[in-house]
Amino acid sequence: MEFDLPESHRALQSSLRDFCERRVKPYAREWDKDEKFPMEVVRELGQLGVMGILVSEDLGGAGMDALAVAVAVEEIARFDGSLALTVASHNGLGTSHVRVFGSDAQRARYLPKLASGEWLGAWGLTEPGSGSDAAGMRTTAVRKGNGWVLNGSKMFITQGTVGDVFVVLAVTAPEKRQKGITAFVLEKGLPGFSQRAIHGKLGMRSSDTAELILENVEVPDSARVGELNHGFIDTLKILDRGRITIGALAVGLARGALEESVRYSRERTAFGQAIGEFQGLRWMMADMKTELEAARLLVHRAARLADAGQPYSKEASMAKLFASEVATRACGKAVQIHGGYGYTREFPVERYLRDAKLCEIGEGTSEIQRSIIAKELFKGA
Amino acid sequence: MKILVTAKRVEDPESKIKVKPDGSGIVQEGLKYKINPFDEIGVEEGLRLAAKHGGEVVVVSIGTKDVQEQLRHALAMGATRAVWVNHAGALDQLGIAALLQKVVEKEKPDLVVLGKQSIDDDQNQVGQYLAEFLGWGQATFASKVESLESEAEKNKVPAVALTADGKAVRVVREVDNGLATLEVQLPAVVTTDLRLNQPRYASLPGIMKAKSKPIEELTPEKLGVDVTPRIQVLKMSAPPARKAGIKVPDVATLVEKLHNEAKVV
Ligand SMILES: Cc1cc2nc3c(=O)[nH]c(=O)nc-3n(C[C@H](O)[C@H](O)[C@H](O)COP(=O)(O)OP(=O)(O)OC[C@H]3O[C@@H](n4cnc5c(N)ncnc54)[C@H](O)[C@@H]3O)c2cc1C
Repeated sequence: MEFDLPESHRALQSSLRDFCERRVKPYAREWDKDEKFPMEVVRELGQLGVMGILVSEDLGGAGMDALAVAVAVEEIARFDGSLALTVASHNGLGTSHVRVFGSDAQRARYLPKLASGEWLGAWGLTEPGSGSDAAGMRTTAVRKGNGWVLNGSKMFITQGTVGDVFVVLAVTAPEKRQKGITAFVLEKGLPGFSQRAIHGKLGMRSSDTAELILENVEVPDSARVGELNHGFIDTLKILDRGRITIGALAVGLARGALEESVRYSRERTAFGQAIGEFQGLRWMMADMKTELEAARLLVHRAARLADAGQPYSKEASMAKLFASEVATRACGKAVQIHGGYGYTREFPVERYLRDAKLCEIGEGTSEIQRSIIAKELFKGA
Repeated sequence: MKILVTAKRVEDPESKIKVKPDGSGIVQEGLKYKINPFDEIGVEEGLRLAAKHGGEVVVVSIGTKDVQEQLRHALAMGATRAVWVNHAGALDQLGIAALLQKVVEKEKPDLVVLGKQSIDDDQNQVGQYLAEFLGWGQATFASKVESLESEAEKNKVPAVALTADGKAVRVVREVDNGLATLEVQLPAVVTTDLRLNQPRYASLPGIMKAKSKPIEELTPEKLGVDVTPRIQVLKMSAPPARKAGIKVPDVATLVEKLHNEAKVV
């Protein structure tokens, strides 16, 4: 296995590092406090090509790979989990569903604007009554003439109000469960299609989350993405990729938390010495470093497998599971190392901890990841 | 308009620089490298000029294969092609300027834009030597009147202005206590100061396109330049460590210390 990043990925990393130092780091705290979606910075990321990492060059994207998404998301998450979630979900979910399973016409209509960041993408699978059991969804799409009528609602949808293009999953053949679900692409402003912002999240507060409400939303059959009744099977593939990205997000948060901890523990003194001299804290930071590097290896391995066209579903789940739990642990330690200050907004580590928790829930909870990994273990047995 | 810009590989200012115990140089292990920030400003200015007036930006760097990373960076920002002068070992400013002179004679640009200095050894000589060797006019420490927050800056308007007849450039330069405006006949050499512009970030599509842009390899021998240094670094030493600051409990103590110890109030 290759451990060094390719030159283009290192260039991407250094470009984004500089960008985030200047455009993200100084503002992330305010965005979090005010639940402010930083549209201007997202547009700037669009100009940098960060909103179309996987989109091919002929459609206005960067034409890069899953490893590039992982590197980019980690760099952003180092300073702001919310912005990283925006980038992760836009690239990995909404845009990718159109990119991988959309028709040529859909790709030509949506991808250039999604890749430039002019349009933001959202992806609606979860519902008020179904998350882990995604196939238990209630939203329906019923034939009407040559088109479809959609009814139902979708919950916790990232870019739900700021989004322009929504891929939504709906039941088209109720009796067939997983094999009776189809994806549709909806544009904002369709009659009957509304969004309700969800406020008051624990973390990821400057990422936009909303409930989507579909009341007799009529779309032509050309809005169907992928084959009829194949939406859920496609969705599983999208989720596999997405999990690599959430793993990378978690690694970025853990890294940010560690960097803050080292800096703080060098400066803060107690009992006549820098607290970073206490072995008790040094060992915490040694563990943080070791675990985050192990997590990154898992994430990059899954990404490289995906890029090589090899199976990576189990690897993506392991990467996401491990990395997100590492992040929560590392961010918790970072708060501990900061003492009372760590418990306040004056330092970013409490925000990192709140953001990290999402990684254990979104795109499949840790329990669901364990189920997937275990299922692979017992396959054929 | 053809513009030649430079891209020196320097230690990343963020990395911790340590002098070797024997004073023969700095410890290289674990260091990160970047394009010299003044050169990056030069690349940006070149790109803005080329965007406004048409033409191309060619980037040059001197050093081992590693400098290709900095050339790729400039290519990712938007330069069209790169020239790499492959050379390992010590070089002094005269040697560098002599190599650049040959590259300029080969490329025949209208304008050469270099950083006013590189942040590793802060010499501030190469641009001036180069103009002298070429017999060209020079405008050093190019800056601008508008701030880095201005609309002109946001719209990436070049600060170096081509005159109406296209035969000269107008350059605002930083001088002690203010700004001076010069008009220099082309071809000319311009060196950049810090406030000339805010360089763009390399975009992802830019990085991908840079992969297939050509890098031409030259050597001092091919260019017919003897680069044997005339200057030798005898010894390097770290600046004396600063004493740690102290925290005072209240304003009264602060004033007292400023008055009695620092003797500034
Ligand atoms: C900030 C945020 C952004 C999100 N963005 C999106 C988005 O863009 N698009 C989208 O479609 N969804 C999104 N989600 C939804 C997210 O994917 C779901 O919340 C998640 O999958 C869990 O589903 P649930 O909330 O319904 O929890 P439930 O499924 O109700 O789970 C509750 C608990 O039960 C456990 N559990 C459930 N089933 C099992 C089992 N079989 N074995 C063991 N334990 C089990 C879970 O692990 C969990 O601990 C987002 C969520 C959040 C919080």
